[in-house]
Amino acid sequence: MSEFVRMLSYHFMQRALLVGVLVSLCAALLGVSLVLKRYSMIGDGLSHVGFGALAIASALHLAPLAVAVPVVIVAAVLLLRLSESKRIKGDAAIAIISSSALAIGVISVSVTTGMNTEVSSYMFGSILSLSRTDTVLSVILSAAVLALFIAFYPRLFAVTFDETFSKATGTKTEIYNTLLAVLTAITVVLGMRMMGALLISSLIIFPALSAMRVCRSFRSVVITAAAVSISCFLIGAVASYFLETPTGASIVAANLLAFAAFSLAGRKH
Amino acid sequence: MAILECKDLSFAYDGETVLEKVDFSLNAGDYLCVVGENGSGKSTLIKGLLGLKAPDRGSIRFGEGLQSTEIGYLPQQTQIQRDFPASVREVVLSGCLNSLGRRLHYNAGDRERAAMNLERMGVEDLADKSYHELSGGQQQRVLLARALCATKKLLLLDEPVTGLDPIATGEMYNLIKLVNLCDGITVIMVSHDIRAAVRYATHILHLGHEQLFFGSCAEYRESSLARRFSGGGGL
Ligand SMILES: Nc1ncnc2c1ncn2[C@@H]1O[C@H](COP(=O)(O)OP(=O)(O)O)[C@@H](O)[C@H]1O
Ligand SMILES: [Mg+2]
Repeated sequence: MSEFVRMLSYHFMQRALLVGVLVSLCAALLGVSLVLKRYSMIGDGLSHVGFGALAIASALHLAPLAVAVPVVIVAAVLLLRLSESKRIKGDAAIAIISSSALAIGVISVSVTTGMNTEVSSYMFGSILSLSRTDTVLSVILSAAVLALFIAFYPRLFAVTFDETFSKATGTKTEIYNTLLAVLTAITVVLGMRMMGALLISSLIIFPALSAMRVCRSFRSVVITAAAVSISCFLIGAVASYFLETPTGASIVAANLLAFAAFSLAGRKH
Repeated sequence: MAILECKDLSFAYDGETVLEKVDFSLNAGDYLCVVGENGSGKSTLIKGLLGLKAPDRGSIRFGEGLQSTEIGYLPQQTQIQRDFPASVREVVLSGCLNSLGRRLHYNAGDRERAAMNLERMGVEDLADKSYHELSGGQQQRVLLARALCATKKLLLLDEPVTGLDPIATGEMYNLIKLVNLCDGITVIMVSHDIRAAVRYATHILHLGHEQLFFGSCAEYRESSLARRFSGGGGL
């Protein structure tokens, strides 16, 4: 118990828990729409672009978030267009962009700093990596993601459920698809510091999939996904502190257990 | 005055014309059935009326103060995913999307309208069920309730009974006719079922890459086109 209190007394831990809870919440909310719209690939592609951007920022000694957030937002809009275009094979184009970004990141790391702890934390995630300014920026951005999601909830539901109907009744569906992509981009960059580029997309996908196993309405899926995501983050983060396991991997493991439990519960219906 | 006026409409995909010479008008309260073989351009016309596809030529004019965003639409074999987790109430409420205006969230009036349309379609008991657990007939009624939330004047229905069993089909036709008669809502329905079309509709539009016929049901019955299309048996 006193160990637990001591853990909470560390500033880095307080920051990590605050940002982690907010980012997990954002990821879960957006994840529901992304999974249902078959946009899961975009989250994965963005994490690779995010790694490339963070690696270059680190090589050039620039502020990581200030570089990565705009780059990933641009990539998100681009990936969205690609995945919707009928002419090009959307998923193949996404794969090309994401692996290219990863390659550029790896090259820029190897010719400059080499594989230092900062770069490794982008790959595998670390709760130690948050600076004070990162924390402030993360809190502001995730608050904005939450506010926009709640504000446009009815429209996001309609566009997710039936885009053609929404368009026919005068909704500018492109705006809401772009909004989803931009919010996802911000969430991916914020979450990457903690989860790592390799694991961030599971933070988006897992809670939504777990919630869909048992819930019957969109609203209950959204609320359940948020609750699952936050719980799994807290369990994973605390476990990683005490067991000295990597943070991102521990959180994914917690999500995997939750998914298994929800799947079992869902089968009884 | 006409609620809808189409003048010399044509539509093309990638420069290839698929439908042309569409020229008709409807008055408020009319019930139009659009018939024609597969690929004759029925869904394309519906998309044009909804503003989802711009015409290549010609014009579409709405009258009686109708805005193009105030049309209730029931899509063909809807692209909605089978496993989408949404309650019936949520689906129907989303039909009120076009009355949000500058508001962010639905208000009590929207909720009331959704509840009323659920009741009119006889699916109020299913309100808290998941949409994907319903039978095909129940799903179509829910989508009709959603379409009714979106309009007071014009419904566009693209093959609303395809895939339904005969009983559900009959119920669906009766509900549509009821809405047309009691609420005076103008109906445009795409249908394969020519016999049901002349039975329920007031007007027929027959397409085959161009407008082959437009007129009242009585005129259509007399036409050689109807005889051929119905397999020679007469209507
Ligand atoms: N998105 C599209 N791109 C290209 N051609 C299309 C598209 N949609 C329909 N078509 C073509 O337009 C013609 C009319 O299609 P449609 O309006 O769906 O017919 P119907 O609804 O009467 O079966 C068909 O030849 C079809 O192949
Ligand atoms: Mg069609």
